[in-house]
Amino acid sequence: MTALAAHSHGHHGCAAHGHEPGPAGSANALIAAHGVSVVKGTRTLLDQITLAIEPGEIVTLIGPNGAGKTTLVRALLGLERPTSGHIHRKPGLAVGYVPQRFGIEPAIPLTVERFLTLGQTVTKSALDETLTEVGAGRIRHQQLPELSGGELQRVVLARALLRQPDLLVLDEPSRGVDHLGEAELYALIARLRASRGFGVLLVSHDLHIVMANADRVVCLNGHICCSGHPETVAGHPEYARLFGTEAVAAFGIYTHHHDHDHDLTGAPVTRPPLPKADP
Amino acid sequence: MIDPFLLRALAAGIGLAMVAAPLGCVVVWRRMAYFGETIATASLLGIAGGLALHANLTVAVLITAVLVAGALLALGRQTIVPADSLLGLLHHAALAAGVIATASLKTPGVDLTGYLFGDVLAVSNADLIWIAAGGALVLASLAALWQPLIRLSVHEELAAAEGVNTGRIKIAVTLLIAVTVALAMKIAGALLAIAFLVVPAVAARPLAHSAERMALIATAIATASVATGLMVSSTWDIPAGPAIVLVMATSAVASLAARRI
Repeated sequence: MTALAAHSHGHHGCAAHGHEPGPAGSANALIAAHGVSVVKGTRTLLDQITLAIEPGEIVTLIGPNGAGKTTLVRALLGLERPTSGHIHRKPGLAVGYVPQRFGIEPAIPLTVERFLTLGQTVTKSALDETLTEVGAGRIRHQQLPELSGGELQRVVLARALLRQPDLLVLDEPSRGVDHLGEAELYALIARLRASRGFGVLLVSHDLHIVMANADRVVCLNGHICCSGHPETVAGHPEYARLFGTEAVAAFGIYTHHHDHDHDLTGAPVTRPPLPKADP
Repeated sequence: MIDPFLLRALAAGIGLAMVAAPLGCVVVWRRMAYFGETIATASLLGIAGGLALHANLTVAVLITAVLVAGALLALGRQTIVPADSLLGLLHHAALAAGVIATASLKTPGVDLTGYLFGDVLAVSNADLIWIAAGGALVLASLAALWQPLIRLSVHEELAAAEGVNTGRIKIAVTLLIAVTVALAMKIAGALLAIAFLVVPAVAARPLAHSAERMALIATAIATASVATGLMVSSTWDIPAGPAIVLVMATSAVASLAARRI
């Protein structure tokens, strides 16, 4: 535990800094949430979320179960109407979406190739290239319900890529994929981002690989606890509280502290700044 | 020489089969069999209403089916009771109310069995026109909605995120089921109408490798079942609607069993 409390001065705020755009994003942000709240009955699932994704940027959304990660993704995609606040999408934005659980209805006979071309015009060369990229070339004539979880994941990713997205949204893509496949998957996404230049919104609660691949990490627990460069977030006490000290120890850094606490209901409570510790 | 009533029955049955089988594939994909069943059973109330008001029965059933479908869509928004339990409740309530309503009519010569199981040998020329016009409408709508319907059936949320108007398509499917149920009433009755949708689709599933193939195979099986069922019915003098449904069901069981071997 002592290693964690290395230094609390320095005060790197948790939001993005310097020349980077503010949380609401720049004028050419792909998609932006402005003060978005989602309330279901008496539960506040999302509380005043302001977040933007810039072209070519990989933003990873992390947070514990029930933190509202999927709700935020659904709101950004227009599948969930915010109770207040609004979502701004760049006009004509093409979104490729890889949903969290992809349960295939086995009653529909459908080959991989047909699924990929369903409702979209795809050239043969684009189809070949994308299938090779995601490593699904050999299963193109198989029936969709016969695929394994990992194969299905690749195929759904291929469909998202074939939409020529400006923004790729992946909700917990590593779920149901073995650990090796997971590292491969994130490396593939980073590679494709580099070659195609789309923005990526990635939801995960798997931290290690995510941290290595993201440009910006947003830590969500109903509200945005902190966001910024992976190292910054990994050193955040709120991150430690949400993910356990083990996750923090894995990074061994502690660069700033938080300006608020949470009470038992999760509501933020402002606290006075800590006295500066001696280095 | 075939009797004209048998020819009319054949035309009506085949006409219905060509519409109900492809729509039935969608019903199977979307797991709406019990939903359709509830609409069909509730149509008995439409029959009773139509008889009481001396109105056209097809129109009465059509209106009832559409109203019930709308009510089911609205009730589907609640989440406290599972959808199939709610359908079970409504299905049985509608059947009970429909039987009472039909039985209490003072109209002489009301044949409840005919309304429950159909009376395909009593199909009139007017019925044939209804089936032709209504069937063409349903088939044309189905063709227009086919691609988005498959996308909706594969993964509803993905389709919605990709810009498919899922709400509108779900309403359209429900309306198509209601219209088809109304067309099927004379042939298969309130209790067997949904068999014309679901059973050929089930029979076709193990034999098909694409959605379109499944619809075509289902149509072929349904059409052949109508012809075979009518033949069996007139040869051994058994009720025609149930005979057709039994032939369909036999092919479905055979198809599923062949897949296993």
